[in-house]
Amino acid sequence: MELAGNLALGFAVAFSAENLAYCFGGVALGTLIGVLPGIGPLTTIGLLFPLTFYLPPLPSLIMLSGIYYGAQYGGAITSILLNLPGETASAVTCLDGYPMARQGRGGAALAVSALSSFLAGCIGTLLIALAGPPLGEWALAFGPAEYFSLMLMGLVGSAVLTQGDAVKGLAMVVVGLLIGLVGTDVNSGMARYAFDVPELVDGIGFTVIAVGLFAVAEIVTNLERREPQAVFTGPIVGLMPGARDLARSFFPALRGTGVGAFFGLLPGTGPALSSFAAYMLEKKLARDPARFGKGAIEGVAAPEAANNAAAQASFIPTLTLGIPGTAVMTLMLGAMVMQGVTPGPQVMTANPALFWGIVASMWIGNLMLLVLNLPLVGVWVRLLRVPYRWLFPCIVMFCAIGNYSVNNNSVDVYLCAAVGVLGYVFAKLECEPAPLLLGYVLGPLMEEHLRRAMLLSRGDPSVFFTRPISLAFMLATLLVLVIMLKGLRLGVERRA
Amino acid sequence: MHLHRDIVAGLLFVAIGALALLVARGYPVGTAMRMGPGYFPVVLGWLLIALGALVGLRAARRRDWQPVAWSCKPLAWISLAILLFGFLMPRIGLVSALVAMFPVAAAAGREFRLREVVVLTLVMSAFAGGVFVYGLRLPYRLFPF
Repeated sequence: MELAGNLALGFAVAFSAENLAYCFGGVALGTLIGVLPGIGPLTTIGLLFPLTFYLPPLPSLIMLSGIYYGAQYGGAITSILLNLPGETASAVTCLDGYPMARQGRGGAALAVSALSSFLAGCIGTLLIALAGPPLGEWALAFGPAEYFSLMLMGLVGSAVLTQGDAVKGLAMVVVGLLIGLVGTDVNSGMARYAFDVPELVDGIGFTVIAVGLFAVAEIVTNLERREPQAVFTGPIVGLMPGARDLARSFFPALRGTGVGAFFGLLPGTGPALSSFAAYMLEKKLARDPARFGKGAIEGVAAPEAANNAAAQASFIPTLTLGIPGTAVMTLMLGAMVMQGVTPGPQVMTANPALFWGIVASMWIGNLMLLVLNLPLVGVWVRLLRVPYRWLFPCIVMFCAIGNYSVNNNSVDVYLCAAVGVLGYVFAKLECEPAPLLLGYVLGPLMEEHLRRAMLLSRGDPSVFFTRPISLAFMLATLLVLVIMLKGLRLGVERRA
Repeated sequence: MHLHRDIVAGLLFVAIGALALLVARGYPVGTAMRMGPGYFPVVLGWLLIALGALVGLRAARRRDWQPVAWSCKPLAWISLAILLFGFLMPRIGLVSALVAMFPVAAAAGREFRLREVVVLTLVMSAFAGGVFVYGLRLPYRLFPF
């Protein structure tokens, strides 16, 4: 069977002692940084991924997925024990996780969160293995017109469906596309927006944008808030959940996985929407909805499973089409591109060991999380008490060294400071940074495909609407825009 | 006068779009069939101006204007710390640059406790030197000498 053969190849690659060590290191580091208060998963990955540059592609991506799982779990720890969600997706986990912690069942909540993530991860891995190859084969038929329409759909989707204002999201996408243009134009060899700075001729590095937007800007935003609320330091008794807790969480976790997998496949929606939808579903299905918000274990299991399943599922478009669905996937995609791997349908056929190795290592990362982090919860909890005034100078240090080390170049460090200022301004104006990052990553590709499509069609833009697959993407984009415009009108009426 | 943050955002988008168009004046636009290096930037520039105008005009009709509270002090110190590191790193080495950077970064915080900052600076500079130079084997010198 092909599926089994593929997975066997992946596990054979990923199970080398060296790769397991990188996976382990990634999970440990990801949790270590992710659990620190005020540092969400995005910031964690942004901070740590420069560490993976020095490795060859496969170990580097394996370590990265370890970091990803660690960061995600670190976020769950702060949500449950501190009521401090690091990102929107884990805000839902706070609703019942924190009450559980206050009742002294924080250990059980953490264990269930890890277990349901693992369940979702197993199913998600299988889903990637099943859906990846057909999707990749289908994508092999894509011409430039299809790619352009697909990217347009992904960008518009990410702008409209993220939290916050859709029009501002679209504007942020365009800003990102413009930043992506900086550097040498591949067709004409002309340096654009380089202002005669030699370092800019190669373009602005991914690290500069990611670290500046998600780490530097984040520090300043955190500093202006008051000190985080008092840390909940009650004893964590009974780490392992009882049989009753497990039985209660199994089906919610399964349903959460389904919800998450569905939303994860749609570009742009991602974990936030799916964990919320999973929570609402459980509340609807519950015999006694009043328990929710007061420490119902289903309210932890379902969103955590959905969150992870959505992330896994969004790996499918990221790996097979090269279109990331979420900000985190954008970071992963950026790291792959930096490693010289261009995600797309050809990865699977040209480099099967890499593709299936990543798929397998995601599962291993998930497992590692379970065996490493559950026994160590006590250690991670102690980290929660580190005051922020010690933390942020260290984060600044990692930002600075991380940017310097990419090209051994001071200009990258200066640019990162500038992007940090810009990121802070955008944060204050409530403009989401994630669409900008997506625009920046996809910008050069999108321009390339647009040019090729128009050249092939002899300057006739109708090519995007006459080819059936491209037409479908265009119609979906239009649909999203129409929904957005409707929302806009409703918003105006409400205000009037 | 306080502007609604969306008006500020709209103006910022319009300004970025205008800047993009201004710089792109020198790039050949080409035709729809053979796009030059200027085609995409010009389209994006106008698109951003249009979106910025939409954001700003929509906000101009609102009355719930609240001032945006900018906290310039932390922003300035953090940026300064990063710039300082970038400037010093190739000149005086990793550990020395970090020793200079930490107090500046720490000044961004709500409180500055001298003894804590000194300890943090020494511990973390030594840690970074160990991890990056001895652990990851990056070819950096540690000190100016």
